[in-house]
Amino acid sequence: MTHEPLLGGLSCTPKKRGDSILRPGGTNCGGCGMGIAFHMLERAVGERPIQMVIPACCAIVTPGQYPRSAYGVPVVAATFASAAAVASGLAGTAHMNNESTRVVCWAGDGGTFDIGMATLSAAAERDEDILYVCYDNEIYGNTGGQRSSATPIGAVTTTTPRGKTLRKKDIVEILAAHRVPYVASVSLAHPEDALRKMRMAIDMHGFRFLHVLSPCPTGWKSEPAEGIELVRLAVRSGLFPIYEVFDGTRTDINVEPDFAFDALQRYFALQNRFRSDACDLAALAEAIREDWARLRRRALEETTC
Amino acid sequence: MTIELLSANHAAAMAATLAGRANRGARGFGGGVYPITPQTECIEFLCKQEFEKGRIVRVESEHSAMAVCMGFALGGARSFTASSSNGLAYMTENVFAAAMYRLPIVMMAVNRTLGPPWNIWVDHGDTLALRDSGWLQFYCEDNQEVLDTILLAYRLAEDRRVHLPVMVCQDAFVLSHTMMQTDVPSQALVDQFLPPLDLPHRLRDTPVTVGGLDFPHETEVHRIQHEQAMRRVPAVYGEVAREFESVFGRKPAAPIVPYRADDAELLLISMGTTASTVRAAVDRARERGVRVGSVRLRMFRPFPSRELELALMHAQRIAILDRDISLGQGGILWTEARGAAPREALVQNYVLGLGGGDIRPEHILGIIDDLGRRVHAESPEIMEVAT
Ligand code: SF4
Repeated sequence: MTHEPLLGGLSCTPKKRGDSILRPGGTNCGGCGMGIAFHMLERAVGERPIQMVIPACCAIVTPGQYPRSAYGVPVVAATFASAAAVASGLAGTAHMNNESTRVVCWAGDGGTFDIGMATLSAAAERDEDILYVCYDNEIYGNTGGQRSSATPIGAVTTTTPRGKTLRKKDIVEILAAHRVPYVASVSLAHPEDALRKMRMAIDMHGFRFLHVLSPCPTGWKSEPAEGIELVRLAVRSGLFPIYEVFDGTRTDINVEPDFAFDALQRYFALQNRFRSDACDLAALAEAIREDWARLRRRALEETTC
Repeated sequence: MTIELLSANHAAAMAATLAGRANRGARGFGGGVYPITPQTECIEFLCKQEFEKGRIVRVESEHSAMAVCMGFALGGARSFTASSSNGLAYMTENVFAAAMYRLPIVMMAVNRTLGPPWNIWVDHGDTLALRDSGWLQFYCEDNQEVLDTILLAYRLAEDRRVHLPVMVCQDAFVLSHTMMQTDVPSQALVDQFLPPLDLPHRLRDTPVTVGGLDFPHETEVHRIQHEQAMRRVPAVYGEVAREFESVFGRKPAAPIVPYRADDAELLLISMGTTASTVRAAVDRARERGVRVGSVRLRMFRPFPSRELELALMHAQRIAILDRDISLGQGGILWTEARGAAPREALVQNYVLGLGGGDIRPEHILGIIDDLGRRVHAESPEIMEVAT
C-alpha cells in the first residue's frame, strides 16, 4: 500500500458546511477545558480563514490517527518547541501573498512556559502577526501528568510526588514585558469576556497572546463536570487574575475578584492533586494580595499618566 | 553571466537570492536565519538583499531557523537557511521534521568540527551526523560548485518525484572564507531554470492536518515512500543536470567524480576539498609511475552505491579518506563506501584532517605509499596531520 500522495503524514477529511474547528471524533478526556476553549475560538473566528499550528500537547493527540483528522481547519502538527516559529513562516507567506489568513498557535503550558519559551519570546519580540493561545492545564498532560513551570504550588504530579513547592510562572507578565499589541488572561467561566477578547485578538495585527486556564480532570484529579466551577473559584479568589495589557503599557482589569478565602479553600478542596501539607493557604492568600496590589498600581498608574 | 570574486558563503547567498527571486510570480521566498561561525557571512549577505516577494526572519536559534523555513514551505514559499557545526546539532530535531514533512527546503551547511572543546575549522562530522535525517546531501569542492549546487538543489527538492530537502555542504574557511572567481548567472537564466514552486501539500483552505499521528503501518508506508523518493533522485539528477547545462552552458559535476581512474590499480576516495589535494598528489605519484587515481564523492545522500561500484570495479587497492569519525567505528565514508569495493580488493580507511588539520599533498603521498605496501587492510588509521 504505497499510493501517492501521502506526503508528510497529511491527514485530510472533507469539510462540511458549519463544521467546527474541533469536529466530533476528538479524543479529549471528558470535561477537558481545551474543548470548551476551542468552541469559544470557533465563535470568535466565524468565517475568517485560519491556519493553526499546534506543537506537541494534548491538542495534537486530539484529532486522532492518520489518515483522519478531527480538525475542521488546516493544522500543522509542529515539533514541541517550534509553534511560534512555524507560525512566523506561515504568517509571513500569507502576508507576502496579501492573504487575510489568520495564523493561530494553540499550545499547552509545556510548549509555552517551558520548552517553547525561547521561540515564543523571539516571535513576540519580532511582533509576528500571530495569535498565540496557551491553554494551560498546569501539567504535562499527554505524558501522564508531570510538573511544568505552570504547575501551581502544592500540586502533586508524578515528578513532584510530595507536592510542588514553587509558584507558577507569571506568563501574562512575561508576555506583557515584550510590549506586544495585546496580552490577556481568559476565564472559561466568563464567556462574554472570553469571547470579546478572542474576537478582538483574532482581528488585531502583530503578536497577540491569550492565556486560558484550562481545567484538566485527568491531571487535576477533579470531577469532569466541575471544570467551569473551578475556573470561577480561581478567578473569585484572585488566584487567576483576569486582565488585559495593550502594548505593554495600558492594563485593564476585567473581572473583580471578591478574594473570598473560602473560594480559595474550595478551589483546593475540589482537586485531589493538592496536598494540604504542601501548601499554606494563608500564605498563598497573602501572596495573591501582594500580586493584586502590584497589578492595581500598574492599572492605575497607566490610566492616570 | 558575470564573473565575480566571491567566497563560498557569498556564492551560496547569491544562489539563494536568485532562487528566491525566481519564485516572485508564485508564493515568494522566506527563510529563518541565525549566525554561527563560519557561516555568518552567508546570512549577512542574504539580509542585505531586496526581495519583491520575500522575507528573511532573524530568529533566536537554529532550531527556530529551520522551523521558520518549515512554516514558509508549508505556506508554499521557496525557503532557505544556512548553518554549521553545533548550530546544526541544535537544529537537528527540525532537520528531521523538515524531511518527514517532505518539504523542499534548501540549506547550505558549512562543515565545521563539533565542540566542545571549541574548534571553528573544517571536518565533516557535523553534517554526516545528519545523514539519516532524510535529506539529500552534497559535498562541494569549490565556490562555483556551491552556487551551482544550490540552484540544482531547488530543482531536485521541488521535483514532484522527490519533494525532499537538500543540504549543500562546503568546507569551513577552505571554501567559506576563500574568494574565487565565480560565474554568477543572470536572474533571467535562473528564472528559466527554476519554475515557480507549486507544492501540492502546502496548506490551503481545506482542513488538513500535516504531521498528525501515525500508527506503525502508516509509518511503514511513509518511510517506504520517503525511501522511494530517495531512489528516484539519481535519475532526476541526470535530467536536471542536463537542463542546467542547456540553460547555463556549463555541466554540473556528477554524483561521483573520478580522476585518472580508468587504468588505476590504487584508488583514493574522498569528499569536499580533500579531493583537490588528492588530485594534486595523484599527479605527483603518477609522475613516479604509480598507477593511482581518485574518486570524489559529491552526493552522499542518496548514497550512489551503483555508480561507486562501477567506478571501483577494477581497483585492487582502495584508500577511503575520511575527514570525520564515528567514534568506536571509524570513518563514516569508509563504513558506507567499502561495500561498493570489489570483493578481492584491499580497502583501508584513513581518518585525517579532523578539527581542520591541514591536509597536504605529502600526507596523501604517504597514504599512497602505505596503500601500495600493505599486505592486508587493518583497522582505520587515525592520522595526526596538524603541526
Ligand atoms: S489530559 Fe487534561 S488537558 Fe489533556 S485531554 Fe485530558 S483533560 Fe484535556
